[in-house]
Amino acid sequence: MIIGLEIHAELSTRSKIFCSCSTAFGGEPNSRCCPVCLGLPGALPLLNETAVEYGILAGLALNCTISVESKFDRKNYFYPDLPKAYQISQYDQPLCRDGWVEFELEQELLHAGVTRVHLEEEAGKSIHSGDNILGSDYSSIDYNRAGIPLIEIVTEPDLRSPAQAKAFLEQLKRTLQYIDVSDCKMEEGSLRCDANISLRPQGGRAFGTKVEIKNLNSFRAVERALDHEVQRQRNVLETGAAVVQDTRAWNEAKGVTVSMRSKEESHDYRYFPEPDLPPLAVNQVWVEELRQSLPEMPLPKRNRIMEQYGLGRYASDFLANSAIWADFFECAAKQYGNYKVLCNWLMGDVSRVLNARQEELPQSRLTPAALVELLRLVDDEIISGSQAKDVLEEVCATGRSSKQVTADLGMEQISDEDELTAMVEEVLAAHPEQAQRCREGEERLVGYFVGQVMKLSRGQANPKRVNALLRQKLQQ
Amino acid sequence: MKLHTLEAWSLRDLIRDGSVTSTDIVESFLDQIRARDAEIGAYITVCGEQALEAAKHSDERRREGRTLSDWDGIPAAIKDNISVKGVANTCGSHMLAQYHAPYDAHVVSLLKQAGMPILGKTNMDEFAMGSSTEFSALKTTRNPWDRQKVPGGSSGGSAAAVASHQAPWALGSDTGGSVREPAAFCGLVGIKPTYGRVSRRGLVAFASSLDQIGMLTHSVRDGAALLQLLAGHDELDSTSVRREVPSYESVLGAGASGLRVGLLGGASQQGLQPEIHEALEQAACFLADQGAEIQEHAFPLLDKAIETYYLVATAEASSNLARYDGVRYGLRVEGSDTGEMFRRTRSEGFGPEVKRRIMLGTYALSAGYYEAYYRKAQQVRTMIRDGFLELFEKVDVLLGPTTAASAFGFGEKPDPLQMYLTDIYTVPANLAGLPAIHVPVGLDHGGLPIGLQITASPFAETNALRSAAVLETFARNRGWNR
Amino acid sequence: MISREEVERTAALAHLTLTDQELEKMTGELASILDAVSSLQEVDTSAVVPTNHAVPLENVMRRDEQKPGLSRDEAVANGPDVVQSFFRVPRIMEEE
Repeated sequence: MIIGLEIHAELSTRSKIFCSCSTAFGGEPNSRCCPVCLGLPGALPLLNETAVEYGILAGLALNCTISVESKFDRKNYFYPDLPKAYQISQYDQPLCRDGWVEFELEQELLHAGVTRVHLEEEAGKSIHSGDNILGSDYSSIDYNRAGIPLIEIVTEPDLRSPAQAKAFLEQLKRTLQYIDVSDCKMEEGSLRCDANISLRPQGGRAFGTKVEIKNLNSFRAVERALDHEVQRQRNVLETGAAVVQDTRAWNEAKGVTVSMRSKEESHDYRYFPEPDLPPLAVNQVWVEELRQSLPEMPLPKRNRIMEQYGLGRYASDFLANSAIWADFFECAAKQYGNYKVLCNWLMGDVSRVLNARQEELPQSRLTPAALVELLRLVDDEIISGSQAKDVLEEVCATGRSSKQVTADLGMEQISDEDELTAMVEEVLAAHPEQAQRCREGEERLVGYFVGQVMKLSRGQANPKRVNALLRQKLQQ
Repeated sequence: MKLHTLEAWSLRDLIRDGSVTSTDIVESFLDQIRARDAEIGAYITVCGEQALEAAKHSDERRREGRTLSDWDGIPAAIKDNISVKGVANTCGSHMLAQYHAPYDAHVVSLLKQAGMPILGKTNMDEFAMGSSTEFSALKTTRNPWDRQKVPGGSSGGSAAAVASHQAPWALGSDTGGSVREPAAFCGLVGIKPTYGRVSRRGLVAFASSLDQIGMLTHSVRDGAALLQLLAGHDELDSTSVRREVPSYESVLGAGASGLRVGLLGGASQQGLQPEIHEALEQAACFLADQGAEIQEHAFPLLDKAIETYYLVATAEASSNLARYDGVRYGLRVEGSDTGEMFRRTRSEGFGPEVKRRIMLGTYALSAGYYEAYYRKAQQVRTMIRDGFLELFEKVDVLLGPTTAASAFGFGEKPDPLQMYLTDIYTVPANLAGLPAIHVPVGLDHGGLPIGLQITASPFAETNALRSAAVLETFARNRGWNR
Repeated sequence: MISREEVERTAALAHLTLTDQELEKMTGELASILDAVSSLQEVDTSAVVPTNHAVPLENVMRRDEQKPGLSRDEAVANGPDVVQSFFRVPRIMEEE
């Protein structure tokens, strides 16, 4: 089977691609519009330089060649959410071409070619009155999204399974987020995917007819829809029939693909060069400047983290999954040498606390320095591991330092020799019978006395020190 | 004093020395509109109240010594495809009969910043597609020189308004001759600047790579002044050129001495009305007498200009006019689903000429025909442009006809192809993006104005204006009097 | 020579409905216009780059800055069917 993907990602510029309207999500309907993005008569587009830079950055991150000359074209079709009845896009001279993406599936390193990356504009949004488009009496159009910059990424038909398609897409998302050109929120529609799939019949040489699947709005949907489509096409082929060239929509609720019953003839978009926009000439200096600004990419970063910090693959994958977490780790690791402990805290308690608080790491009050301070308190036996979890929650909630929180909660462990000795003597004196049995070798009673001291100290006694003192006293 | 009969320069002198106020001037034009426009039909919308209000403000500024420009208080008329905020912008179409522009075109902002009142919006061929203004869906405009004749088009309303003294000057748009041809038919100076010299922002697009806003005036110096006001870079129009604007007024007295003037022979000059042919020869002699060097050149490829033009213009138009779908503005004819609503709206909203051009343009861009029609035309366009640039290494300006004949009668050109051929002398300048000026030089045997066209190399408006001023003297010597 | 079917297909692309009579007339008119423009085929344009812009420019861009556009009321003021500041359209049947 061969699968190719077409991905649309909204670029996270401040303003739209051809006008200065806001790109913020949401807003009152048609409140972020101007003559340009509403397609009013006489309005003219003006290209956003940052959108071009983000497009080039994406191309570079996907190992593409950046076109020295590229231009914009009009793609003509009628649809109510398309204000000018043409979309400004790039047809035969895309901004970037001939790249590739390296990704992993079950520890196997895979490659997929990227045919092209081009810039275009987003359409508006239609809200249907009924449950679905066909059951609605009318639709309501909001053009706030119209004109947000998009990149369309087209892959070579290099993917060989639905799981590969999903893994590729995850790697692509990670990459775009690394270079900070798109927030890639599939749930808000800022990352969308269409897939082309065809099967080669058993024993046959030629691949079968290509079927396009639209409306894949989550990673899970990509895999499920392709799995379903593979099965559907197999069933068709087994009966001896042929797969018909088709465009199908994934119905998430029903778990099936449904033919969109496109007209027999293919669309005739009548592309022609956009006369309102002069061509782009991207010189090498500009490209090199942007290339210099690229951060380390996910896979190389993962490999380096494994090597440099001696962490396992799972832990390194966790860190390199997001540049933000990896940066946090590396910043903390400069001050704290037990990398495994540090990473375990990030994967475990830090993730848990942030999840519970519904916060992302950048918005959190937790800093690398605060986490290192917390881990040192544990290492120095000032607080116990379980106390540290409470301190972490408090640090995340208030932004106070770990030391401050520990002091405020009265959590410092009592390690003072005299103070502990007094307590040990007190409990031994209170339970003379158990003390005697212990002296005679009933080892398990040591634990009992430690518990008694902890109780007496309201949990603040340093249990290791208490243990040692107890043994010392019992041997006297 | 009949203020409305004066050219803009004279009005400026009067207002400057305090003999008249802007209010006097605007009232004089509004009186003339009330007296004449029922018969001429130049205006679609008259902005009487706003114009008087603007005149009042101008007069206050002048009293307080804080005028905005030399032209503060001098009014203008605007073609109805150039957006004026809050005013109807019909494009002569049922499609936009109810549409009010929510923003000012860049040129309108410039006029307002100069303190100039806007008298109203003028009639035009629907979406600027036509050469007689007969294709306006909203009204008929008559030629002030002979009401049985068309005023030319598509800026026929602007031309008729100025020629009948209902405005001192007016803005038009020129995609294939739509300023110069009506100027020719109505005895006015018509300027089409270099593509990119004047911002197109707010001009409703017909063919984006050909459209350019132009001026219709009584005299070359009025035209130079209005061009001076509007020329310059607009950072919001990507095709507007960042290039210094020279002083146009200062070249008007430079004369013809040393000017290299080219004449084109060949088939394209055949079929000229004898008076125009005669005027062309006399003008060449006059220029030579004034010290110009006259050269004859051949440019056979210009025979293909009209074919090239109609493919490029209609292809772009088919895309530019797709947005009229009944969703966001303009006419909507309801249907049971969106597709039906689109088709009904567009079928009822557009007139026959617009539909014809949308059809031709759609066909020229469609799969299987793009290469043979659209792309081929853009290639020939390159050759035409290159031919001109080569020619302008040898000459400073080209002198030729603007139209083959003076104004024709209503209904005289029922065949679309015949109407298209009216533009034969004007479309080359649009294809190559060149500045071109029509200058009236006299009347024909029927008492209708005739004139000639000066074309110059890109951004050499100075050469064109300088030559036009010489032609104006030539016309005066022949007894031309507007 | 353009056929009646091609004219119908073109009208469908342009979202225009033509009556039988209009179709007949349009086919004739387009045929004669296309016949006239076919003379362009005589011009040898091999190796000629098409002109997309009358005046050559490149890299015309603006900085990524937000500026206020139209107010919501201004944006929908010309709408033929506006409900709660949405543009309303009858049901959407197909992709085009």
